[in-house]
Amino acid sequence: MKIGLFATCVADTMFPEAATATATILRRLGHQVVVPREQTCCGQMHMNSGYRRSAAPLAERFVATYGAFDAVVSPSSSCVGAIRQLYPELLGIDHPVLERTMELSEFLVHRLGVEDVGATYPHRVTYHPTCHSLRVTRIGDAPLRLLRNVRRLELVELPDAQECCGFGGTFSIKNSETSSAMLADKCDAIESTGAGICTAVDGSCLLQIGGGLSRRGGDTRAVHLAEILASR
Amino acid sequence: MTVPAEGFPAAASRELRNRQLRRNLGQATSTIRAKRANVVAEVPDWEQLRAAGSAIKADVMANLDSYLLQFEQALTAAGATVHWARDGAEACAIVAQVARAHGVSEVVKVKSLTTDEIALNESLGREGIHALETDFAELILQLDGDWSSHILVPAIHRNRTEIRNLFRRTIAPEIDSDDPAVLAEAARRYLRERFLSAEVGVSGANFGVAETGTLCVVESEGNGRMCTTLPPVLVSILGIEKLVPSFTDLEVFLQLLPRSSTGERMNPYTSLWTGVSDGDGPQELHVVLLDNGRTRVLRDEVGRQALHCIRCSACLNVCPVYSRTGGHAYGSVYPGPIGAILTPQLIGIENAPTLPFASSLCGACYDACPVKIDIPRVLLHLREQAVEAVDKPAERLAMGAAAWVFRRSDRMRLVQRLMRVLQRPLVRDGRIRRLPRPLSAWTRTRDLRPVAESSFVERNGSGAARR
Amino acid sequence: MSDAREAILRRIRSALGDGNAPTQTGDRQEIGREYRRTDGRAQDTLVELFCERVGDYRAEVQRIASAALEDALTAAALRSGGRRLVVPPGLPAEWRPAQLELVPDAELTTAELDELDGVITGCTVAIAETGTIVLTSDAHEGRRALSLVPDLHICIVQASQIVGTVPEALAQLAPVVSAERRPLTFISGPSATSDIELKRVEGVHGPRKLVVFVTEEPP
Repeated sequence: MKIGLFATCVADTMFPEAATATATILRRLGHQVVVPREQTCCGQMHMNSGYRRSAAPLAERFVATYGAFDAVVSPSSSCVGAIRQLYPELLGIDHPVLERTMELSEFLVHRLGVEDVGATYPHRVTYHPTCHSLRVTRIGDAPLRLLRNVRRLELVELPDAQECCGFGGTFSIKNSETSSAMLADKCDAIESTGAGICTAVDGSCLLQIGGGLSRRGGDTRAVHLAEILASR
Repeated sequence: MTVPAEGFPAAASRELRNRQLRRNLGQATSTIRAKRANVVAEVPDWEQLRAAGSAIKADVMANLDSYLLQFEQALTAAGATVHWARDGAEACAIVAQVARAHGVSEVVKVKSLTTDEIALNESLGREGIHALETDFAELILQLDGDWSSHILVPAIHRNRTEIRNLFRRTIAPEIDSDDPAVLAEAARRYLRERFLSAEVGVSGANFGVAETGTLCVVESEGNGRMCTTLPPVLVSILGIEKLVPSFTDLEVFLQLLPRSSTGERMNPYTSLWTGVSDGDGPQELHVVLLDNGRTRVLRDEVGRQALHCIRCSACLNVCPVYSRTGGHAYGSVYPGPIGAILTPQLIGIENAPTLPFASSLCGACYDACPVKIDIPRVLLHLREQAVEAVDKPAERLAMGAAAWVFRRSDRMRLVQRLMRVLQRPLVRDGRIRRLPRPLSAWTRTRDLRPVAESSFVERNGSGAARR
Repeated sequence: MSDAREAILRRIRSALGDGNAPTQTGDRQEIGREYRRTDGRAQDTLVELFCERVGDYRAEVQRIASAALEDALTAAALRSGGRRLVVPPGLPAEWRPAQLELVPDAELTTAELDELDGVITGCTVAIAETGTIVLTSDAHEGRRALSLVPDLHICIVQASQIVGTVPEALAQLAPVVSAERRPLTFISGPSATSDIELKRVEGVHGPRKLVVFVTEEPP
């Protein structure tokens, strides 16, 4: 299968290792992975912040860049959600590539039927299901299925897992105190598990959670799911 | 209805410092949320009920004029007097007129958000008529000059000791226990006499049935039954969106509402009355149909669905923002996610421009809504209106610049390289701990990951280099 | 006021577009009703479910043979301190225990009702899934104030009156409303509040005690 990899602006800029890991996993499974140089940003921030019209050219750019691929895979459920749901609803874009665009874990589990990618990761890990993965892209337990098959990984349950981490795009700046209160509760929950790693399928939420954990100075780190799945 | 000009972020910042509020609220929202989840899970056709509820309300809005006329006709035939009110002032004047006609200085009231919205109590007060709140929580707030922080449990921000002290000062000087049962007993004794002698009752309505003219009030304590049964005169005020087409349609909402609201299979009391019944209950019934901004909401095809709301408060209880800031932060009678989309539409986006941004867009409200109001979708819609209504030049510039950069990949790579250079003095141990305004809003509580040494696409990209 | 009426109707029509024309009944949408409108379970299962669900509200509930009802009514009333009970005019003779002082509702004032200890009523329909009894101010139920003002409500439900679901109950109640315009009261447990720290307290303004008897045969 010829897969177009959409890194997203956040991962490309701040989490390149998550995008690299995504490519590694897909190539190991025998697929041709192409990273179009023209890719930039899906426009979610603009659509979510009231600047819908500014997002329109970015959406058109996405469709032009990826329209010909058999599948488009991204390490961000939130951006995938924006593409699949907001492009048609907010921008009136109707193109078959939207449905072929998937977040990595849902692509592996739901499209390829792969639950074991042969990874090994000797850490205690807790999984934070991000809001958009739960309620927009609705990837279900795909990440957990993959994590359960990682060798030497100890998976611990996160209390109140489905609570939002407080990121919310520009919400984290406009309502930074509320966002921080949500983050504090999320960090408490993560630290209560004793896990060394908190993982998720969204770079933006990991930016928030990782930033909170780092400021608290503990040993727990935020790591993208793709990196865990690519570890050998 | 007006909301304070300070806006949500400032009000939330103040409320977040109230430890008792956060503790009570956290406990209340998680308790009700769990109860709701249990009773919803036991209904095998919940999704079908939601779909029907949504479809019925959409139909009501699409044909609102004809349903209202049908409702008016049915009510009139059943012996009620129907009034129409364009705004709160007109509605309050109608209630005052009825009270004056009967020469009363006090009316007993069922808890009603609609009457809060139009500040009925204050308005009657100016006419020398006391509107006595009879819901337990509303009575507490009224006695203390406080206001509601939750649609369902308005006094959830107060604890039992505060309430005992309040009762000592006001209605029960002898009270010495803070046991909720003793406090409830005090309220019962205080109100009973007033119920038995009341001449005029005032209520809202959860539903009005267009086909039959039936009004419906859903409650727990029995104060609603008292107010709608014992006084010889009853005035019921309802927003024009509260209609359902037929009596049969109640079979959907009487399942959706209690389970979503209190997390019960059914609330203790539901009263339905159709006009005046000979020898049973009020012999004079006035029904006030209130617009007060609703037709303005109706104009917006996306935002219109906010009128489907049945005031269950499920969206409040699942909202991560509401459960931390509480209702007062929203500055409106309608708090939480539904308030964030309803209030700005009722009073105009320019008067509440921060409310649509009071959400992390987590989507929990949409999943919980019994009538499937797509709150996140309406939030985005209103954010666009807010940006147009209230100009923020710096933000507009930044967003425009970002879009300009993202429109070409070579610009994006260039900016990444630029940021790598600019961030150098700020990065320590692989993280950024301090940034200038407005990004200091991030770094006050969080570290920031720096821009990586090399971009993924830069290293791995293929295809046209420019564009 | 008619100004307001016309203005609101005009605003609605303008908001809905279509050249400000009034909507017609023919414009209305047929609603898809995919939810359950009947309950296929056996009647005895429904009766059991009803009793369980009424009990969940902390109401007293008991299945009882008609022959034993009179004694049970007396015992239930006395247990709750009820000696003088109001009875609606059409309450069947079998439901009027001789050992209690029964006060017929001959236009009692609310103050007089307030002096009484309780009330005995029948009901029109009962809902198993939600543990709800529905009163319609029929002759064996009396006007609404009767089951509201006194502190004890004893309600007799005939097993055959129990339906499974809310839609089934409303189907029975529709003619009572549309043809007779009788008021309805749905009762699910005793009066309650959770307004202080979410702690549930039974009994605020309505009857603090609800006792439900389910009899097998009609009187």
